[in-house]
Amino acid sequence: MKILLISEQREGKWNKVSFETLAAAQQIVQHTKGTLTGVVIGKGVAALADELAGYQLDEVLLIEHDLLEKYTPDGFSIALRQLTDSAKPDLVLLPHTYQVRDFAPKLAASLGKGSPGEAGKGMIGDCISYRYENSRLIFVRQMFQGRTAADVVFVGDAPWIATFQAGAFRADLAVKQTGGKAPVKSATVNLKPEQIRTKPLELFREAKQAVDLTQAPILVSVGRGIKAPENIPIAEKLARLMGGEICASRPICDEGWLPMDRQIGSSGQTVAPKLYFALGISGAIQHVVGMKGSRTIAAINKDQNAPIFEVADYGVVGDIFEIVPALIEELERPH
Amino acid sequence: MKIGVCVKQVPAKDAPLAIVEGGAWIRESDIGFETNEPDSYALEEALRLKEKHSGEVVAISMGPERAKQTIKEALAKGADRGIHVADNDFFKLDPLNSARSLAAAVKRENFDLILTGLQSDDQGFGQTGVLLAELLGRPHATIIMAIEVIDQRMKLKRELEAGWFQWVELPLPAVLSIQSGINKPRYATLKGIMAAKKKEIATVERTSLGVPDSPTQRVERIYVPQKTKKTEFITGQPKEIAAKLIEKLRHEARVL
Repeated sequence: MKILLISEQREGKWNKVSFETLAAAQQIVQHTKGTLTGVVIGKGVAALADELAGYQLDEVLLIEHDLLEKYTPDGFSIALRQLTDSAKPDLVLLPHTYQVRDFAPKLAASLGKGSPGEAGKGMIGDCISYRYENSRLIFVRQMFQGRTAADVVFVGDAPWIATFQAGAFRADLAVKQTGGKAPVKSATVNLKPEQIRTKPLELFREAKQAVDLTQAPILVSVGRGIKAPENIPIAEKLARLMGGEICASRPICDEGWLPMDRQIGSSGQTVAPKLYFALGISGAIQHVVGMKGSRTIAAINKDQNAPIFEVADYGVVGDIFEIVPALIEELERPH
Repeated sequence: MKIGVCVKQVPAKDAPLAIVEGGAWIRESDIGFETNEPDSYALEEALRLKEKHSGEVVAISMGPERAKQTIKEALAKGADRGIHVADNDFFKLDPLNSARSLAAAVKRENFDLILTGLQSDDQGFGQTGVLLAELLGRPHATIIMAIEVIDQRMKLKRELEAGWFQWVELPLPAVLSIQSGINKPRYATLKGIMAAKKKEIATVERTSLGVPDSPTQRVERIYVPQKTKKTEFITGQPKEIAAKLIEKLRHEARVL
């Protein structure tokens, strides 16, 4: 099986999830006994291609173009379509980043057009693992917000496109070359300015992050189970008594009950405190990717099947409005 | 501005999920359904754009008969009419064929703008908006946190990762996937609910749209994932639970 791994960079800096997906690609290529080609796309990114070539893969393709300096879904999908048409991979793997989810379905749908009976390929997105059974690749992804998993297989002819969720594989397991480097080849793509309909403007950060949750040793995190903004103070009190900070899952920040800079998860901060205490958080994948590296995880949730218990060390199935006051009382007691 | 907004009906958040034998899908009897929450932000954004620039909002939903309820809720909040793409087996569709069906159903509408939510809380493919754009030949942008319409162009605020944002410009017509939290979705008023009763919902059978049956992927089995971590459950009365849990955090995990 011939595999293309599309890495991601912005302004010459890696998106580190690229190396997690590289680790996945290296493992898959071992099972399927094929070849692995790394791809670096952008402008002025030859140094990154050279760095990628230090990892165990067969070659690195470098795609550079003035119109690829800034990301646009049109530019990237046209360029990668041309590359896929010429390289003829069986499987194209990408990290499931915000940028990839913006263009990879379009890239997949644009592949194979023109050939008889073939109009568009599919993408299996946001996979958490894979299995190789009876010469078949089975991709595992989550459904119902992580409450179920699903085995998904490709149907029809290659190329197939799959993306892996951040945190699904360990970047430090990406294997380096033992000596020397893989060859880096330049791939030419044809792009015209009029093909690009999006005009990318400035990148910016909203207000400075007031609190750096990544430095907090203990985090008490609230989810939908907190029910109303007037209930936030009991969670804050618990956090204070534990010597920690308060944080939340996305819906709580969307509601404005806590500021956006207190959000944990794929669109917020990624943390790994020594204690993560989840109150009324169901544990949707977008949240769990931001906290599953915590040393100890405790969770209270009224639903015993909540996916947060998949990652929790200590679990309490019950009502946070009964248990949190009891915890506060216990912590206030001298010991 | 003629705006189409895709809304999906999904199992209610607190619905107990049971998987049918063989793992093809979940057992749909005995559970409640609701509008996919990410889509409610897209609907709200569509209604606000209409209020600002005038025009029409059309709510589109694919699914079995029950999906009409989600369209009715959109009409009660202020959408002008609905399109129901009816198919009892829609859950078998892969992302590309879902999008092909929706594209076929809305093609003649010639919307200036189509909005979708970021992803559905059931299958969670998160591809519909991007694919609709490709299939309809329109530009797109995803994870949108603000929309400004200036003549035939839009200035959009996209959310990137790790607290970064970017402004991008797109010409109309276009397709946008809206990030959750962009706005505060309204509730339907009693007046809105009454007015919705007179609004039109056009039903089109998905199988009559001429979308060939050409799957790109197949869900072989849905199942409850095996736990990778052993969770110690602490039981008892709240006071006992609190005492045991604090004891364990202090002396077993040594994190307090």
